[in-house]
Amino acid sequence: MSAPPEPAVQTVELTKTYPAAGPRPEVPAVRGIDLDVPRGEFFGLLGPNGAGKSTTIGMLTTLVVPTGGTARVTGLDVVKDAVEIKRRIGVVSQNNTLDSDLTAAENLEFRGRFFGLGARDARRRADELMELFGLTEHRKGNPFEMSGGQAKRVMICRALMHGPEVLFLDEPTAGLDPQTRTNLWEVLRGLQAGGQTILLTTHYMEEAEALCDRVAVVDHGKILAAGTVDELKNAAGADTVITVAYDAPAPDQIHKLADRDGISKVEVNDGQVRVFATEPDGILGELVAIGAAAGVGVTDATQLRPSLETVFLTLTGREYRE
Amino acid sequence: MTAPAATVLTPPPPARATIPRTFGAMMAREARVMRKNFLSTFVRVLVQPVMFVFVFSYVLPKLGGGAMAGGPGGPTFSTILVPGLVGSSIIMQAMMAVIFPLMMELNWQKSITDRALAPVPIPLLAVQKIIAAALQGLIGGLLVFPAVLLIHAEGQSPHVHVENWPVLVVVMVAGSLLAAAGGLLLGTLLNPQKVQVLFAMVLLPMTMLGCVYYPWSALDHIRWLQVLSLFNPLVYVSEGLRSTLTPGIPHMPAWAFLLAIVGGTALLTWAATRTFTRRVLT
Repeated sequence: MSAPPEPAVQTVELTKTYPAAGPRPEVPAVRGIDLDVPRGEFFGLLGPNGAGKSTTIGMLTTLVVPTGGTARVTGLDVVKDAVEIKRRIGVVSQNNTLDSDLTAAENLEFRGRFFGLGARDARRRADELMELFGLTEHRKGNPFEMSGGQAKRVMICRALMHGPEVLFLDEPTAGLDPQTRTNLWEVLRGLQAGGQTILLTTHYMEEAEALCDRVAVVDHGKILAAGTVDELKNAAGADTVITVAYDAPAPDQIHKLADRDGISKVEVNDGQVRVFATEPDGILGELVAIGAAAGVGVTDATQLRPSLETVFLTLTGREYRE
Repeated sequence: MTAPAATVLTPPPPARATIPRTFGAMMAREARVMRKNFLSTFVRVLVQPVMFVFVFSYVLPKLGGGAMAGGPGGPTFSTILVPGLVGSSIIMQAMMAVIFPLMMELNWQKSITDRALAPVPIPLLAVQKIIAAALQGLIGGLLVFPAVLLIHAEGQSPHVHVENWPVLVVVMVAGSLLAAAGGLLLGTLLNPQKVQVLFAMVLLPMTMLGCVYYPWSALDHIRWLQVLSLFNPLVYVSEGLRSTLTPGIPHMPAWAFLLAIVGGTALLTWAATRTFTRRVLT
């Protein structure tokens, strides 16, 4: 009986602390992350900017050296087996890292050749991929004169040239307009449906919800929760979060709401009140009424339905900052 | 764009991503870029030496200022210039071929991350950059030869013959590598915002004081400058070329320039691969 295949990605207590430099103190960018991503999965690392996602992906792709813990990609150690791991992965960086001295097609051709393809095979493979991703007419284009969406598709093609076992995408749609982003989602969904293992980082909640089989919510270098989007919502209470800002300190009666069925938590911070509720109907009106009865006006009110955003809010007590 | 429901990729053709093969592909990429930019590189390489020989070997002698460098009967100034200008072209081209692209790759485009993902160890990527830049330096040196040999006023032709081919080859090849390794070191250490410092504090003094326009022994009367010049790698390349192209003109002993060029190449390559690796791997 053959052994089950190694997970695509496995980390244990993975840590990265950047040393102090000049007046800047040391920066603990990643603080003990555990991941287990099976093959074939579309896995998302979701978190705000500066959460440690890119550093994590940097360690998994061998370009950032961990300062603690272990990380294995396709069963290989990221420090000891870096060259072999690079043969097995494809990486799409956040920035346009295409070679500006080469055309789009040449970028792909040379990527293929770096990974051992002969020149003719690499050109043929590049043509195939460019056709598949609707880039044929841009094959001779300069990568820095293309639109953001086109350049990103070229980068995805380039990462797929050698048939990687795991595809890493670091903020693939950052800076793209909504239409282009949706188009790129379709490309990524297509790849995953074709069996490609994908690990993506994003700070867009809706992107993680739309694409990922499982998501790990990351903040300040730690995983706050991980699971399917539904699991995360359930684990965090599947709450709707109602936030009201009063023009004066919140009335004391607000605290009594916490005892009510369907309300799991009430947070009061001076004039701001946040109610986490599984049964949110009527609560917003009630908060306005309580304020009015106490002579306090409402200056702002929001109601967030259960989403990764409310999960983040529940887990951290802070609003999600993209 | 309409994407298919499932993008089933055909597997790529069988590949053999061995380190030598990847290294070869990287060099092929450099060759492709060099070929594309050949005209602009050609012009850039030639302008400065052509201007020098034009002024010093053609215009000044025509104006009556073309005295023999070693007095009447001594070598023409153009003879003194040949090894110096070839050496300076090698050093400048090799350094610039690595410094400026590297600054772009490390700081603005960040494209170095992509090259670093090629399946080779990072120090080897540094070595590849040194070799590619050295190749450009070598080509730069070769391109200058015809210009410095052909442009001169009547009676000012340089007297050049190759005395020792192996020394010529070693000096040109190792000199290119030395400059490229130095360029890689500077490119990884310098703050790109202060690139003008590179011209003012490194490249200009290196050229002006690199024994391009006079042999090192001529500095006997300015001892402090002669000693200070020993820190300038161009001095050894100029003197090495002088020893084999214009052996009649005083020059350093072979052991001295060979030791400096080969030893310096080894030292700078070691240092540059370390700083490069530190910049690429965080």
